[in-house]
Amino acid sequence: MALPSYATPVQRTYYYAYLFFCAVVFFFLIAPLFAIIPISFSVSPFMVFTEGMLSWPPDPEAWSLRWYKNMIGDCSADVVSSTVPCSTKWMKGTVNSFYIGSIATVIATALGTLAALGLSRPHMPYKGLIMAILISPMIVPLIITAAGMFFFYARINLVYTFTGVILAHVALATPFVVITVTATLVGFDMNMVKAAQSLGAKPIRTFFKVIMPLILPGIISGALFAFITSFDEVVIVMFMASIDQLTIPKQMWAGIRQEISPVILCMATCLVLLSIFLLTTVELLRRRSEKLRGIKAR
Amino acid sequence: MPIGDMLFRSVDDSQINSVFPNTFNEYKKWDKEKDELPPEEVYKALFEELAYGEKIQIGRALTRMNYSKSGWKSLIKTTSREIKKAVKKDELPNNYKDFLITANEKWADPTFWYAMGQMVNDTTPIYYWNALDRTYDQDQNVIMQDENRRIYIKTWIKTLKISVYVTIFCLILGFPVAHLLANLPLRYSNLLMIFVLLPFWTSLLVRTTAWIVMLQQNGVINGILVWLGILNDDGRLQLVYNETGTLIAMTQILLPFMILPLYSVMRVIPKSHMRAAQNLGAKPAAAFWRVYLPQTIPGMSAGGLLVFVLAIGYFITPELVGGKDGKLIGHWIAYHLKTTLNWGLCAALGAILLGVMLIFYWLYNKIVGIDNIKLG
Repeated sequence: MALPSYATPVQRTYYYAYLFFCAVVFFFLIAPLFAIIPISFSVSPFMVFTEGMLSWPPDPEAWSLRWYKNMIGDCSADVVSSTVPCSTKWMKGTVNSFYIGSIATVIATALGTLAALGLSRPHMPYKGLIMAILISPMIVPLIITAAGMFFFYARINLVYTFTGVILAHVALATPFVVITVTATLVGFDMNMVKAAQSLGAKPIRTFFKVIMPLILPGIISGALFAFITSFDEVVIVMFMASIDQLTIPKQMWAGIRQEISPVILCMATCLVLLSIFLLTTVELLRRRSEKLRGIKAR
Repeated sequence: MPIGDMLFRSVDDSQINSVFPNTFNEYKKWDKEKDELPPEEVYKALFEELAYGEKIQIGRALTRMNYSKSGWKSLIKTTSREIKKAVKKDELPNNYKDFLITANEKWADPTFWYAMGQMVNDTTPIYYWNALDRTYDQDQNVIMQDENRRIYIKTWIKTLKISVYVTIFCLILGFPVAHLLANLPLRYSNLLMIFVLLPFWTSLLVRTTAWIVMLQQNGVINGILVWLGILNDDGRLQLVYNETGTLIAMTQILLPFMILPLYSVMRVIPKSHMRAAQNLGAKPAAAFWRVYLPQTIPGMSAGGLLVFVLAIGYFITPELVGGKDGKLIGHWIAYHLKTTLNWGLCAALGAILLGVMLIFYWLYNKIVGIDNIKLG
């Protein structure tokens, strides 16, 4: 991609302008995420860089862990400020988020894997139509899905229950599993299924002993996608969850709308770290799966 | 299923029919040409249904009636109070029409009776007309709402406008980046890919919060501009809680959806094409324009459609960053769902949005194929 040595000065200028532009866009993409991390360690109850934080040498007075303590529900005097009440809501939200997220992930992964297996059979009728319907929750705006589900669940009394929220999240998360597992099934050698069956394995045994180990990377990354979908989801939770089903996103939403406090940034920092972790895992899994299937790494 | 239910709700008008079945039956027999006011039977049926109907159901029906003409609620309430008194004293009136008109003289006002005409059927398109700022006049013609009650058309236009802008900005910002990623050696491009994928994986709310922190009056961007001396301290820009904020934040949030499809298309374009074009005498700009760009059109259309479609339905970011004038149509759907409980209108707005979406979805499927969506 480097410039050839015969490039004219004009070409050089263009080239460096282009590189600079790309750098700016990368900065635009990533800077907001990293701007919040230092602010979450600030003493000030406002979401800004204080003078103490910017001074050199660093002023230890300007930095603190008080908002993190507030987040985990520590209510000692140095933690609470007049504008930021102490509450246990963040911890309750975390518990609920993990609870809803993990159950939704398990169901969505099971359903999504089965659907992907069925869809990747060569003689599946109405393949395109089924795929389009399965993927639709990903494309249809969340607000419409949420409104539709709210009306529907209101009829069958599932609004404001854990079951309702979990089922709604399953519907949202399944397409992600379908897509990732379908991608791993490309290049899966169906002869292996036949071989297993001719050696006397029942279909269930074939699935667990032959198919699953091979497509496991796809299943796991699908499950991670499903988890993050449910974990991040706020629109459905806003409509369908009562105070009992408070989740992290819902609490963040309430936090941004009512009391703008640095505690939100602490939670945001934790979520950024979580997403870095998930991203790394998915990336490693993808490479492994490509190796397993004998596709050259890109 | 839920979507189907929503579509049904958007035209459903049966609740009110279950409350006033006889009134509406009699109403349908009323010949509007002949008499100015409906006949005695209509008044009688209304009297009986108000006297013996279930209170909760009537309450719900009232809410519905108020959508078509304000004033129904108070009218029915005062009337049913009078009716209850009469029933208690066991004094059934001889002439129901006179009784109701004495209870509230609005029953002699034909406009209310005309408004009732909108409700007598089990299904109604009124919510759809409302969603487009239109309503019925007395003769059931569709007319525009009053000037100061027209909000939806403005919001629809704003939603489309912002979506188009976001798509264009994403394309301008995303194209060079995707090009760079596709042409760098793998080692570097995988590394740089993290910059694209990390925002993609991070919670939407986190990114929205981050933008509020960046853009607010004492925020990072204003701070830097003041520090650099570009702005003075009183002239800080109002970047957030308006359309500008919505645009900036949505562009950053949706940018990965543009870069990823573009990247996957650009990666398979052989580099030799550009060299061949230049060998044949094309200037670099011409070679890019006539050889490279046409080959990236599938990626541009895929990314563009994806961003556009996601942008029209966006709710969280405009709601938090948009302030008063940056709100999009999603805001009204949520508002009618949660605050006014006008579910019919909410469902109609949703259905229209869904219709717009489906058109683009279909286009997307035609151009790219739905099973070509890739994640990361």
